[in-house]
Amino acid sequence: MGAFAHFLAGHFDTLRLEFWSLLVGGVANGFIYGMVAVGYTLVYGVLRLINFAHSEIFMTGGFASYFVLRAVMGTSVPSGWATFGVILVGIVVGGTAGALAATLLERVAYRTLRRRNAPKLAYLISAIGASYFLFNLAGKEFGRYNESMPQPYINHPVFTIFGAPVQLYYLVIVAAGAVMWLVLDRFVAATKLGRGIRAVAQDAETASLMGVNIDRTIAITFALGGALGGVGGFLFGLGSGVVYTMGFVPALKAFTAAVLGGIGNLRGAMIGGLILGVVESLSIAFVQAAYFDVVAFAILVLVLLVRPTGILGERLGRSA
Amino acid sequence: MAWWRQDWIRRLVTSLAVVAVVELMTGPSGSFAAPTTGLIGSYNERVSVYGLFVGRRWMVFLVLALVFFGVWSAWLRWGPRTRASWRSTMATPREMAARRPVRWGFYLVLLVVAGFLPHLVNDPYWQSVLVEQIAVFVLLALGLNVVVGFAGLLDLGFVAFYAIGAYTTAWVTGALPTPAPFGIHLNPFWAIPVAIVFVMVAGILLGTPTLRLRGDYLAIVTLGFGEIITIFANNLYGITGGSYGSGGTSGSHPIPHFSISLGPIHYRWTLAPVPYYYLTLVFVVLFILGFSLLEHSRIGRAWTAIREDEVAAESVGINPLKYKVMAFAIGAASAGFAGVVTASQSNFIFPATFTLQLSINVLVLVIFGGMGSIPGVVAGAVVIQTVSMYLIHTPPAGFQESDLYMYIGALLIVTMIFRPAGLIPSRRRRREIILSEAGEAHADEVLTGDVA
Repeated sequence: MGAFAHFLAGHFDTLRLEFWSLLVGGVANGFIYGMVAVGYTLVYGVLRLINFAHSEIFMTGGFASYFVLRAVMGTSVPSGWATFGVILVGIVVGGTAGALAATLLERVAYRTLRRRNAPKLAYLISAIGASYFLFNLAGKEFGRYNESMPQPYINHPVFTIFGAPVQLYYLVIVAAGAVMWLVLDRFVAATKLGRGIRAVAQDAETASLMGVNIDRTIAITFALGGALGGVGGFLFGLGSGVVYTMGFVPALKAFTAAVLGGIGNLRGAMIGGLILGVVESLSIAFVQAAYFDVVAFAILVLVLLVRPTGILGERLGRSA
Repeated sequence: MAWWRQDWIRRLVTSLAVVAVVELMTGPSGSFAAPTTGLIGSYNERVSVYGLFVGRRWMVFLVLALVFFGVWSAWLRWGPRTRASWRSTMATPREMAARRPVRWGFYLVLLVVAGFLPHLVNDPYWQSVLVEQIAVFVLLALGLNVVVGFAGLLDLGFVAFYAIGAYTTAWVTGALPTPAPFGIHLNPFWAIPVAIVFVMVAGILLGTPTLRLRGDYLAIVTLGFGEIITIFANNLYGITGGSYGSGGTSGSHPIPHFSISLGPIHYRWTLAPVPYYYLTLVFVVLFILGFSLLEHSRIGRAWTAIREDEVAAESVGINPLKYKVMAFAIGAASAGFAGVVTASQSNFIFPATFTLQLSINVLVLVIFGGMGSIPGVVAGAVVIQTVSMYLIHTPPAGFQESDLYMYIGALLIVTMIFRPAGLIPSRRRRREIILSEAGEAHADEVLTGDVA
């Protein structure tokens, strides 16, 4: 017993010493999970389906921004305002590519099935197929190895919180995540298209009777989720590089975040992402690095068993 | 109507797009350093079709797209009539009953062919493929068919049961770094019941909490479970040997081959694939018989009822959770046995064998063959695995082994769009899909959850 207490105390010591730096990293990760989780939540809201191929939209965002940044930057090292220009270009390209990929995906793997009124299992299987097809195609065309994103060099600390340095990279993630999420939240809450999305989420059939174009609304929903997912892919790639399988683990975690916050709930997705990012990051003090990915999964199973509706509850229709 | 919205224009554009994707898939590979090799090369590379035609890939592409467009248009024009004439030849239940002896005769012929198969393919590569890639995958597909086909539950972590079966075998035969239970090293024959019991218990343990969930959540949880099993197998060096595989760092404990010593009969299996093929074939037949009996038993009918309408099933006294857990456990059994065969035949097992890709591979066998149809699933496994292994063995230009899963992913989408009931559909499944498409019922009610 004494030995166990000692063992635990050691871990808590690590936690105490590393708390703030783990927290900072966790919040940054959490914003990326949140961005991707929004995609799951939006699609789930209107179609009541989990978009299994969302991981590949994330990957597409990362790849597209990689190639555009490589073309734009060449071998130069940006400084000053150019740094922000590069980041902005990456965000715009990642978001656009993600939105395009999501729209295309909806067109091919979802709409064809929806036209035929196919059973739900068909959508899941078709989306899994799309996911496998897309990342392996990326692997074939661009090689199956990790490549680091052209660097705007933003790893230097800007300020410290209780001795923990906060890198510019983290600030960029938080700022991008917060801004995009606010815009999206307002878009869904206050615009005509957003009202269409909420109407379809509440009752697609009635919405169509009221003159909402269902096909267009669903396409826009995919595009919105895809845009955030694509930006997530760029920001993730900036830190970890791009590789054809880059989507799998972050997307699984983002899905966990979406469920944690209440799937179908936009605010829930962001909150779930933050909680997951922080908890996962703090768990580093307790588990070996090899089991890092197990933590998120354990959280997922726990949430599904204890409170399957998540923290804020389901329903996109009521979220705004 | 705007001119670009006309049907034939859409068909033409779709044909061009489909063929463009196929060109990309079959073209040369690229890399980050040279991204244009694949992207542009797929269209601009020189090709020669048996020397009769020499040109660029995009020319082939245009011809193919036009052919595709033509066939498609012709199908729309004359297809319905042809299809109707096929339908009129479809059997009624009474005729089906009359054909039953013919069908059983056909299966018997297939079995005899399967018995002679290793001697027909006198090539060592194909003989080992028969065991390691076909027989084992038939077993896995049969098991997953119980879960996906019969009970309508999407399990993306089926590989976990295969891994548990294999590692249990390694454990009870004394081949893991961790000592065998009670220090007894069993013959792999005795590992069969132990492994099957272990995977069934694992199925119950995983199923009981998770099968309460809606179907789409279940898919993600099982996916995670499959990943976790691999992570543990990879990292528990003291127990599973970690990434070094079952022998651990020393690598000195092979998993023994099967051996039999019954009265006057003494036989010992070796690395040679053919004896393993016959052993596996016996079990494949047993599993097929068992699962077909199960399909039409009380349990099988309960699965059908749950799959078609869970609420209705519950209201007539079927406990959905109980039957879903049973599907998990029973489906896992054949995967557990497949694990025993793999472990014993290859002497060493490695975590790298038990990947998510393998789960998806088994899933595609079931989907392509026909969910819920045992002949379909077996045919699907044989066809897809044979084609895959042929492609790996004699790769055509532009094909790499790692491209295989790209084709598998595409096959999943194509099957779902064009033939959702699979190659040899289960009659019941096809009816469900047709009804669902007509808006009269939901197939896989389990998955619809709270849809308004």
